[in-house]
Amino acid sequence: MTKRTALGAAAVFLVVAAGVAAFVGAADLNPLATAAALLDKIPFVRLPSSLSPVDRAVLFQIRLPRVAVGALVGGLLALAGAGYQGVFRNPLVDSGMLGASAGAGLGATLAIIYLGGEGPSVVPLAAFIGSLSGVAVAYLTGVAASTRTILGDGVATLLLAGIAVGSFLTAVQTFFLQRSAQVDIQAVYSWLLGSLSAASWQQVTTILPYAAVSSAVILLHGRHLDVLAVGDDEARTLGMRPGLVRGLVVAAAALAAASAVAVSGLIGFVGIVVPHVARRLAGPSYTSVLPLSMLGGAGFLVLADTLARTVLSPAELPIGVVTALVGAPAFVWVLRGTTSVDT
Amino acid sequence: MNAGAPRTMVAVESLSVTLDRVMVLTGVSCAVSEGGWLALIGPNGAGKSTLIRAAAGLVPYQGRVLLGGADAATLRARERARLVAYVPQEPVLPPDMTVAQYVLLGRTPHLGYLSTPGRHDRARAHAALERLDVARFAASRLARLSGGERQRVVLARALASDPTVLLLDEPTSMLDVGHQQQVLELVDGLRGDGRLTVLSTLHDLTAAGQYADELVLLDEGHVVASGPPSAVLTAALIETVYAARVAVTPGPDGRPVVTPVRRSAC
Repeated sequence: MTKRTALGAAAVFLVVAAGVAAFVGAADLNPLATAAALLDKIPFVRLPSSLSPVDRAVLFQIRLPRVAVGALVGGLLALAGAGYQGVFRNPLVDSGMLGASAGAGLGATLAIIYLGGEGPSVVPLAAFIGSLSGVAVAYLTGVAASTRTILGDGVATLLLAGIAVGSFLTAVQTFFLQRSAQVDIQAVYSWLLGSLSAASWQQVTTILPYAAVSSAVILLHGRHLDVLAVGDDEARTLGMRPGLVRGLVVAAAALAAASAVAVSGLIGFVGIVVPHVARRLAGPSYTSVLPLSMLGGAGFLVLADTLARTVLSPAELPIGVVTALVGAPAFVWVLRGTTSVDT
Repeated sequence: MNAGAPRTMVAVESLSVTLDRVMVLTGVSCAVSEGGWLALIGPNGAGKSTLIRAAAGLVPYQGRVLLGGADAATLRARERARLVAYVPQEPVLPPDMTVAQYVLLGRTPHLGYLSTPGRHDRARAHAALERLDVARFAASRLARLSGGERQRVVLARALASDPTVLLLDEPTSMLDVGHQQQVLELVDGLRGDGRLTVLSTLHDLTAAGQYADELVLLDEGHVVASGPPSAVLTAALIETVYAARVAVTPGPDGRPVVTPVRRSAC
């Protein structure tokens, strides 16, 4: 598939996923009236809709912000994952590695246990800070542990440092968790498994600036990540600075993942499965893998969230469970087709 | 020298390189003039690849490297990359990348940080593919290529940047004799029609003698001998440096042919 066809297909997939998500849910909205209400929002289109004020509120204040947050989170996680994979030249790296998920988990856990009285608003901020701190600690650990340039020849050490820091932070989190009250444990677990049930337009506007900056930086480095694929030596003799490229992409991917995690909790598999599918569709060039991952990840998460809130309606499945249930088999399927290539 | 003398394209002046506290090169000097081919020969571990890597700006060194008359240390990374193309002994070939994508990477030195390859870049990359007779593989994945095809594709990537100097580290080490010859002929042809200067390492002494204008024999980081092939490829020198028994005879073209001799042979 050419890059253009694949991007078109991914865009259609996202629009279809968003459409499905807008029409399906616990509240039984009249499809025609819903369509009319949605089309009415398009500039210069005027369509009267028979949607009641309550239904209107369900559509515009509950479902649509949830679609928007889902698309943002999915797009950011997949894009961050793809960016990391290019930086480390390793297709198995996920957006949550480098201490990002574990740091967010610890931050959220501490906020829930010790700042629970402050209301839920501190949890996203704590997760955001925790996620970025996790990456920063992993980076500093890598610098201290490696005798080589951490963003150059020693980049594998950065990955190992991330794994070590991740395990450590998770252990700290478990320590606090097992000493805390039952009700907090439940709250922490439901956060850890990920959910978009708190989605609001306010969340969208909060993470949009971070999302815009981080994704712009990552998307602009597709060509550079392709050059990195031939190794640091050759990249340098082609006039590139591998350390600069890695530093920018890692920082942007950390920011993207932290913004996503802040509003959604921990959602696995998106950052690893989606870039793989993108590669299978349009080849290994990051100039196509990055934008494809972003669109595909957005569509995938919107669909996964639609499943999460409808399968056991009116109860909700944690979205992390859905992405892993769909993602794990998909991952095996993708691996079957690519092992010969990646090793 | 007369006014038409070719200018020096690559010069290495008292170059010393220390890697992991081991002195790999000690006060090495050599020079190649425009359109020439200088081959570095010497036993394993003599410092041949390190010299190439120093010229490519990949290892820190003491002394000077001059590229086109300018001190390489004063050149910015992209300026140096536009001047010099480097082909390592074992190039990394991302298996799923297509030949066209790979060769287009050679245009990197000509692109601004945020710009993308344009029509001119694609045209230059395609020209390089045609020059090395691999245009028909443009859409193939790199993993599909045979050893000889790979080497030509890697050379095409190097040429896509329109360099004036080509640094080749053992360009033929993975190839059979036929493909070795093909690649050496290709490199020879490239410098003939394009004012390209070649600095390479070559482990095959006879091939080095046949294709290079000048040889530099390195041993343990020092220059042991340098000059035209007939002056460097002598049985005495080779036996001392390589601890090998060889016979050196003039080939059909008058250039020396080095043949290993079995010890018990009578």
